[in-house]
Amino acid sequence: MTAVLRAEGLGKRYRRRWALSDCTLKIPAGHVTGLVGPNGAGKTTLLSLAVGLLAPTAGTIEVCGGRPAADAAQLAKVGFVAQDTPTYPGLSIADHLRLGARTNPRWDDAVARSRVERLGLDPAQKAGRLSGGQRAQLALTLGLAKRPELLILDEPVASLDPLARREFLQVLMEAVAEHEVSVLLSSHVVSDLERVCDHLVVLVDSQVRVEGDVESLLESHLRLTGPRREPATLPAGQHVVSASHTDRQSTLVVRTDAPVLDPSWTVGRLGLEDLVLAYMEGTRAVAPGPVMEVLR
Amino acid sequence: MIWLTWRQFRAQAAAVAAVAVAFAIVLAATGPRLADIAATYRDVFDHLTANDRHLFYTGIVVMAVAPVIIGVFWGAPLVARELEAGTHRLAWTQSVTRTRWLATKLGVTALAAAAAVGLLTFAVTWWSQPLDAALSSTHGSLPSRLTPVSFAMRGVVPVGYAVFAVVLGATVGAVFRRTLPAMAVTLAVVIFVQIAVPTWIRAHLAPTAEQTVMFDRERLDGISIGDTGPGSPLRMTVNTGGVGNWVLSNQTVDASGRATDLPSWFGACLPAPPAPGTTEGPVKVQGPDTMDACFQRLNAEGYRQHLVYQPARNFWPLQWAELALYLAVSGLLAGFCFWWTRRRLS
Repeated sequence: MTAVLRAEGLGKRYRRRWALSDCTLKIPAGHVTGLVGPNGAGKTTLLSLAVGLLAPTAGTIEVCGGRPAADAAQLAKVGFVAQDTPTYPGLSIADHLRLGARTNPRWDDAVARSRVERLGLDPAQKAGRLSGGQRAQLALTLGLAKRPELLILDEPVASLDPLARREFLQVLMEAVAEHEVSVLLSSHVVSDLERVCDHLVVLVDSQVRVEGDVESLLESHLRLTGPRREPATLPAGQHVVSASHTDRQSTLVVRTDAPVLDPSWTVGRLGLEDLVLAYMEGTRAVAPGPVMEVLR
Repeated sequence: MIWLTWRQFRAQAAAVAAVAVAFAIVLAATGPRLADIAATYRDVFDHLTANDRHLFYTGIVVMAVAPVIIGVFWGAPLVARELEAGTHRLAWTQSVTRTRWLATKLGVTALAAAAAVGLLTFAVTWWSQPLDAALSSTHGSLPSRLTPVSFAMRGVVPVGYAVFAVVLGATVGAVFRRTLPAMAVTLAVVIFVQIAVPTWIRAHLAPTAEQTVMFDRERLDGISIGDTGPGSPLRMTVNTGGVGNWVLSNQTVDASGRATDLPSWFGACLPAPPAPGTTEGPVKVQGPDTMDACFQRLNAEGYRQHLVYQPARNFWPLQWAELALYLAVSGLLAGFCFWWTRRRLS
């Protein structure tokens, strides 16, 4: 498995506060990877480190085989759609495409123009006059037409309404299929990621809680409901992710590779959102942490 | 990258360029008449119209304001506005390194500032040239080109001020990350430097000349009453006998060469000033015979006037030295700005 991003003991401190500490992570190439976690988990910091906007305080990070933003060639390998999708308000859409064309050696002008056309945007329009959804689409166009090996998107849909959100992700998926680019996409909204990701990284308190193929994650995680019982009494090979109890009943989320044979459990499957929530809750049981936002 | 810089910059550039060109045209239109006057008459100042004088001072004001405006409106927002709007995240993730991004922005802006101010200073210098030969630092009715106010508005130094202001603005903007505070700080610092350099530094950039002269009416510039109220000792200033010198120190010394006030008898010796009770400003010289007697007595008692000045011939050495100083400081600032942008910004 070739890794498109590799972090080792990665940490970033702002003055006294660690926004990300001791993060070790490997993201495989050729996937759409969702980076999910509560607000303040360090997602933006991690992504900023990956594109070289930030320099690490501790540890190392390697993206597409090089130090982020080390030189122009490295910068060309990584596309970035920043949070809130910044654009130059005084520049038109055509100006932005020109900016991309003039600053990126692998710029694909045909892709950029056809995408703007398909979106129904007027190239002469100033970026400052665009709606949030249109601006996000413009930023995505810039990122895609750069033809990077890895496209990183930081909460690209956070400020969009549900319709614009769906459109954005659809366009992203089409483009990914067309250009064979690896994508790393952060969100605190699992339902967004569910639609597009085939790989998932759950980041809580700057630690990677779980990471893997979405399909195999869904297969290996089960919800067990049954008479009240201590999680410690489960057979080896069943790792408790989260547990909740009422007076008579226990509900556990476990990770296991083998089928659950105990007849006292009612076994159910989890959706991706429940799975992610289970990991957050599991953390919360240890120490109260930030709450996962659930949006649909 | 140059294209992006230019695209972001062209509106501001056009505004400043328009003002600079308009002013240059006005000067170009009025300049030849001034040159004619200078060629025809020895006493140019008697033939200047009020309009000429206004233009002269307008030139000084424009040249004084231009670097400040450029530093505040071109320099300060250069980096700060990108950081404020978050667009640096867009710019820095294209295939252009931060260093090249800053080098292009700073380079283009500094060159444009140098060009705009260069045009202005060329126009003003050319326009004022006929006046320079006719001026004396104190007897002329317009300040000579070596006096602090005129010096900064002529020759090559304004280009240095403009470049310095741009680099300072960009650096302050990178450190503050906010446009408005960066503009305010840039404004304050540029003004402070523009006052500090002529006050404390410029006089030392080239060797000064000295004179110790006897008193006579030819050399006398003025006699004034000191500022400690009525009864305070009189002070006298004399001129250097040359045209366009910049007098740094004009001090009466006694027979042993120590700085001193005029002796107390001198006030009584002089004819009464025209407006009794005036405690400020030079007093017009009158009563030639009495004056001569007073001066002779001063000279006989060993009093002399000691002058330290920058001679007029030092105009260009001072210009180049000051330009070099500003460019060197700009270079250091730019180095810091690059380091800061590379290492400290995110």
